[in-house]
Amino acid sequence: MTEERMNGAALIIRALIDQGVDTVFGYPGGAVLPIYDEIFKQNQLRHYLVRQEGGAVHAAEGYARSTGKVGVVLVTSGPGATNAVTGLTDALMDSIPIICFTGQVPTHLIGNDAFQEADTTGITRPCTKHNYLIKDPNDVARIVHEAFHVARSGRPGPVVIDVPKDVQFGEGVYVPPSTVRHRSYNPRTEPEAGKVDEALAMMAAAKKPVFYVGGGVINAGPAASETLTKLVHATGFPCTQTLMGLGAFPASDPLSLGMLGMHGMYEANLAMHQSDLIVCVGARFDDRVTGRLDAFAPTAKKIHIDIDPSSINKNVPVDLPIIGDAGVVLGELLTGWQSKKLKADESALAQWWEQIRTWRDRKCLAYRQNGDVIKPQYALERLQAHLDQQKRDVYITTEVGQHQMWAAQYLKFEKPNRWMTSGGLGTMGYGLPAAIGTQIAHPDALVVDVSGEASFLMNMQEMSCAAQYHVPIKVFIMNNEWMGMVRQWQELLHGGRYAESYTASLPDFIKLAESFGWTGLRAKAPGELDDVIAQMIATEGPVIADICIDKQENCFPMIPSGAAHCDMLLGPEDEASRPISEDGMVLV
Amino acid sequence: MQDQTIEQHTISVLVDNEPGVLARVIGLFSGRGYNIESLTVAEVNPAEHLSRITIVTSGTPMIIEQIKAQLGRLVPIHAVSDLTEEGPFVARELALVKVVGKGEPRVESLRIADIFRAHPVDSTNESFVFEITGSSEKVDAFINLMRPLGLADVARTGSVAIARGNPAL
Repeated sequence: MTEERMNGAALIIRALIDQGVDTVFGYPGGAVLPIYDEIFKQNQLRHYLVRQEGGAVHAAEGYARSTGKVGVVLVTSGPGATNAVTGLTDALMDSIPIICFTGQVPTHLIGNDAFQEADTTGITRPCTKHNYLIKDPNDVARIVHEAFHVARSGRPGPVVIDVPKDVQFGEGVYVPPSTVRHRSYNPRTEPEAGKVDEALAMMAAAKKPVFYVGGGVINAGPAASETLTKLVHATGFPCTQTLMGLGAFPASDPLSLGMLGMHGMYEANLAMHQSDLIVCVGARFDDRVTGRLDAFAPTAKKIHIDIDPSSINKNVPVDLPIIGDAGVVLGELLTGWQSKKLKADESALAQWWEQIRTWRDRKCLAYRQNGDVIKPQYALERLQAHLDQQKRDVYITTEVGQHQMWAAQYLKFEKPNRWMTSGGLGTMGYGLPAAIGTQIAHPDALVVDVSGEASFLMNMQEMSCAAQYHVPIKVFIMNNEWMGMVRQWQELLHGGRYAESYTASLPDFIKLAESFGWTGLRAKAPGELDDVIAQMIATEGPVIADICIDKQENCFPMIPSGAAHCDMLLGPEDEASRPISEDGMVLV
Repeated sequence: MQDQTIEQHTISVLVDNEPGVLARVIGLFSGRGYNIESLTVAEVNPAEHLSRITIVTSGTPMIIEQIKAQLGRLVPIHAVSDLTEEGPFVARELALVKVVGKGEPRVESLRIADIFRAHPVDSTNESFVFEITGSSEKVDAFINLMRPLGLADVARTGSVAIARGNPAL
């Protein structure tokens, strides 16, 4: 076979196409012009122009999370790369596979403080799974293929490829993906022999078991969620999900306890606290989940299934670690449970469910919609009611704050990959670009960004991107004119001194929408809500629905910082009666 | 509660000899707040471009486990081996020790160097540079003895280590 030679920029495009990529989010600049020139010359890759590089990474995250594919980003050197850093960190924290190409000044200028030069590999080293600086056009194809392998295998994550401009112009040889093998990075996916049997024995002996599942199940692919659902049904154990794991197990299933953690369900947190066996699948005992560590699930044995060995025993020591792909391990657990004809201790399990029922009966999400102010909970319940009527597939993204937690509590996810939220990093401004990326991946679906007015302002320039490509996303702004979660913490911890948390000088969101060619709607009273939601969904193009909600409402239930699962606050009455400890004050 | 005793571990890491690999390792330690007591690195397999990094670190057993798992996660790392845990190993450090003085102290420094099998590798009428190899404790002891005899400067490599016996990393 004759070797194919082409310039570095063409090599990148060719390698992307061979990796099955058809969508790139980016923003041009001097140091990536050769790559943009190659994009111009072909028709297989579609490039979407964002309005700020941070938006490109979040859009690629939305694309990746809703499809399970690798999201691809292209930005220029210097400020292009530094603007991408927040998105890269976000993708690292939430284990989202991203490839981000950054332009770089020509190799002979590197280190000279050239125009738009930044030490991109240096800056992005701690916020990527891996990064590369390509110095020779002959390395381009191999490095791109390697980067895809690194981004999507093991625990997925973002990979930066820094490409100096002379490498984009220089000629090199193309190699196809099949010829590239990684020398050192080949993570284990199959569990160690015997571990699954040990886990099965622990599960069969448990009297108060609970599954605690996270984003790892979703990253393992939709089949892993199906296997999980079968395993939960076979065992009859309750199943709680993390913020990242919503959709991994159907919300409507009677065995689902809903989300756990700081703003999780009372029954989920109490079940964790009193359980005698926690089966953790693809979750990482994060501080939002555990609360006070020394009081976390004191009586439970813990099985931890994770593809990343560094997640094991990081926060919480576990009794049985199983390193492997969530889908593979769940499959072996299910097969083992069935073939060994294992049964849970039925009378103990029945008692356990009886106990859980009493916690459920506390109805921790109850609220009162009265008067003429829209309660945020009511707004989301009405939104869910309208979404239930949809024949189309529905995808939800969020920004970060109170609205995000309310969305996690009140919206229902039956399938994986339908819920895109910034969990680990908590990036305000994530939801709008993520919704754009999600909608581009699923043109016929209904994509709603549940937003807050403060978060929305952080990346609202991407309204222009949505308008350009006729991306018909719906932005459901829960507008309380406050950085609500900041205000809630100031109320709880700082004597109600609301320093800088009021969002003054807000735009008129209807006029703002119209200025970008969007449709703007507003609901001010509970009676207007259903019409606005119906109209929002029925409108063909992108829409902002400005939902004016109760300005004082706080997000409950809540485990205050420094408290244990059993010390949940269910509402404002509890808040007054239980002041937060000094140790808790310093936590975030 | 978990074991809170601080242990010292010598960890040997085989890495691709490529730009930035040391920065990845050091960045991991500083970013996650782990200790580095010493760190050495050099290429050990030029044919395959592999380097060995020897790190002496300390922490609770849970932290040591994290350090190894986090190192194992770095893409250009081929193998991570906890020599302290895996059995007997040999650790050596080299130091160059400059001692400045005349008369009796100068003679005394030479006598002690002889006991420690340290060799003078540079000499003027008023100074010696001794080369000493051994465990870090031996190097410490030698340096302490040189202190009253005119110790002027020290350069140390940090510990390099390898497992005893047959198996390779």
